[in-house]
Amino acid sequence: MRKSDPFLLLAAVLLALFGASFVDAAHEIGKAQASLDARAEMVERLGLTDLVLFTEARYTRHPSQADLHSAFQDHPFAMDHFPSGSLLPPPLLKRPRS
Amino acid sequence: MIHLSDVRKAFNQGKSNEFWALKGIDLSVRAGKVTVFRGPSGSGKTTLLTLVGCLARPTSGRVRLRDRDISGLPERFLTDIRRSTFGFVFQQFNLLKGISAIENVMIPAYPLGRDRKELSARAHALMESLDIGPKAHSNAEWLSGGEAQRVAIARALINDPEVVIADEPTANLDSERSQQFLGIVETLKASGKTVLMTSHDPLVCDTAVVDHVVTLRDGQLVETR
Amino acid sequence: MSVWLHKQRNLLDFTLSSLSRRRGKTLGMMAVYTAIVFVLASVMLFAHAIRQEAAVVLAKSPEVLVQRMVAGRHDLIPARHLDAIKAIRGVQSAEGRLWGYLFDPAAVANYTLMVPTNPRIEPGMVVIGDGVVRVRSADPGDLMSFRAHDGTLVQFKVDKAIGRDSALVSADLFLVSEDDFRRLFGIPAGLFTDLAISVRNPREVAKIAEKIDAALPDTRIILRDEILRTYESVFDWREGMLLVLLAGSILAFAIFSWEKASGLSAEERREIGILKAVGWETGDVIRLKMQEGLVVSLSAFLIGYLLAYLHVFHFGAGLFEPVLKGWAVLYPKYRLTPFVDELQVATLFFFTVFPYTIATVVPIWRAAIVDPDTVMR
Repeated sequence: MRKSDPFLLLAAVLLALFGASFVDAAHEIGKAQASLDARAEMVERLGLTDLVLFTEARYTRHPSQADLHSAFQDHPFAMDHFPSGSLLPPPLLKRPRS
Repeated sequence: MIHLSDVRKAFNQGKSNEFWALKGIDLSVRAGKVTVFRGPSGSGKTTLLTLVGCLARPTSGRVRLRDRDISGLPERFLTDIRRSTFGFVFQQFNLLKGISAIENVMIPAYPLGRDRKELSARAHALMESLDIGPKAHSNAEWLSGGEAQRVAIARALINDPEVVIADEPTANLDSERSQQFLGIVETLKASGKTVLMTSHDPLVCDTAVVDHVVTLRDGQLVETR
Repeated sequence: MSVWLHKQRNLLDFTLSSLSRRRGKTLGMMAVYTAIVFVLASVMLFAHAIRQEAAVVLAKSPEVLVQRMVAGRHDLIPARHLDAIKAIRGVQSAEGRLWGYLFDPAAVANYTLMVPTNPRIEPGMVVIGDGVVRVRSADPGDLMSFRAHDGTLVQFKVDKAIGRDSALVSADLFLVSEDDFRRLFGIPAGLFTDLAISVRNPREVAKIAEKIDAALPDTRIILRDEILRTYESVFDWREGMLLVLLAGSILAFAIFSWEKASGLSAEERREIGILKAVGWETGDVIRLKMQEGLVVSLSAFLIGYLLAYLHVFHFGAGLFEPVLKGWAVLYPKYRLTPFVDELQVATLFFFTVFPYTIATVVPIWRAAIVDPDTVMR
């Protein structure tokens, strides 16, 4: 057994797994299609606008909406709320109208 | 087989510490014979060896291998010639640490793209013939001086060169080991190899196996016999 | 061909030997390298997948939302605005939405209250999202009561829970009937939180938004495009906070690997001399070192990427949860759909494997052109 054999074997296995990860991704997307559709359908039915990712405060729950408590009354221009504010540049349409 | 005419070699040419190691050497090395370059340290014998062995190019003068002028060849061709024609046994043996003796032996053959099985069989056979078979899988740094030298000899022979070049082969060996080494030289000679050595060890210069002794001093030939 | 192949394999053998000679250094290097690739790839995979998820899932969110502004602040919008909007040509339908937030002191969490129109919720009943189920350990049939705006108690009976499958859009939802919503917050009939409008021809959205803006000057308008764009920029990997935080460590690694890969020790220099003296060409030496670099960086890339893939898509991106979660009590349990952007993976590959390999080769180039006779001196 020469030294390159186990390495080439390992490399082949890793490459195969690398390829398999894409196959797995495609497969999972296919499997998830139904629940994606269900989610989209729920969004449409309930008129939802945001992902439930920033639930820590009222003003971060719906980054795309301005409401009574929102930090971003006209647009998310004020980058003062961590972490949501640091991630959100203002939408183009809401920049000063010329 | 190897002919040198008016060969000069300078180090640090053009700088303030310019130094001429060889000052006009004319020499012929005959095939199938054992030749020793003798001289005190600094006499230029090692430099001469590097020129003969295509490790370096002369500053001026010609080196001919058989009928081919090799003194002006570019590096790549020199490497090619060196690999197929010469085998080197360095004074410090220059084995690579951390890898096994047999791998050290096979190193010169790697770029030739030979089959691994054949290669390893040949390396084993060489090491057997040099009585270091059992040490094949020891790491290079665990070997004694004599063993390390024989590994170095096996490495020099792996590509089956016509010429074996040894730099101060007995400098690091006691008398008994030196005798063993000369025994190996005898077998090499018997198998038709040309052997070139540098040495200032009388034990080497005065043995029967040595055909020619070339004495150098201050970069010039003093005596040839 | 077979000579070439034998040569490459022989060189590879030797490459592995010489890497294993410096086992500690090599393994340490690979571990750090793998960790960096793992974190980078995790961030990239996560960000791309969630952006894609948002794009797919929110594609059907309301086309146009109209909110009323009073003194620059959001205010409840009167139902009469609906008539004005319906009069605009091209508007297919317009309806008032009722939604808001409710702080539940028992769970120390904020719920998103909503009044769905389809299907309507029976008064006194509530449909709750998965997050609410978890923080309240509520089962269908359980009772939950809240203090209304005037201090009276409003009681809800859990009708059913929304499946975990859609937690990413519904974890904190608390769906109630219109009557309960108005009673809870004291919102009189005829007022809505905002208005959702659908448009007959999607290409006219901007036009219609302009008309609404002209007809109702006290409103602001949010388009679906803006919602989608918001989520495109959230987690945009270039802007991702994690990457900014990581930048320091990536730079440190770059310096470290440059130093490790490019710094030639006297020992290595001597070895190159030996290899050249025994008949290796300069090209062979460079190929050897390049293989060393490739073996390390390629293995690190593959292992790091595979770990990241498993981490993000099969183990729920556990390492990011604390970062994203913040103070959130109602963090959804979701499994990301593995949307992978091949181009991004290729970019990651390029920026991790090549610089390292090049960093190993450049100094060798300089060392390998020295004369082979140096070993004799």
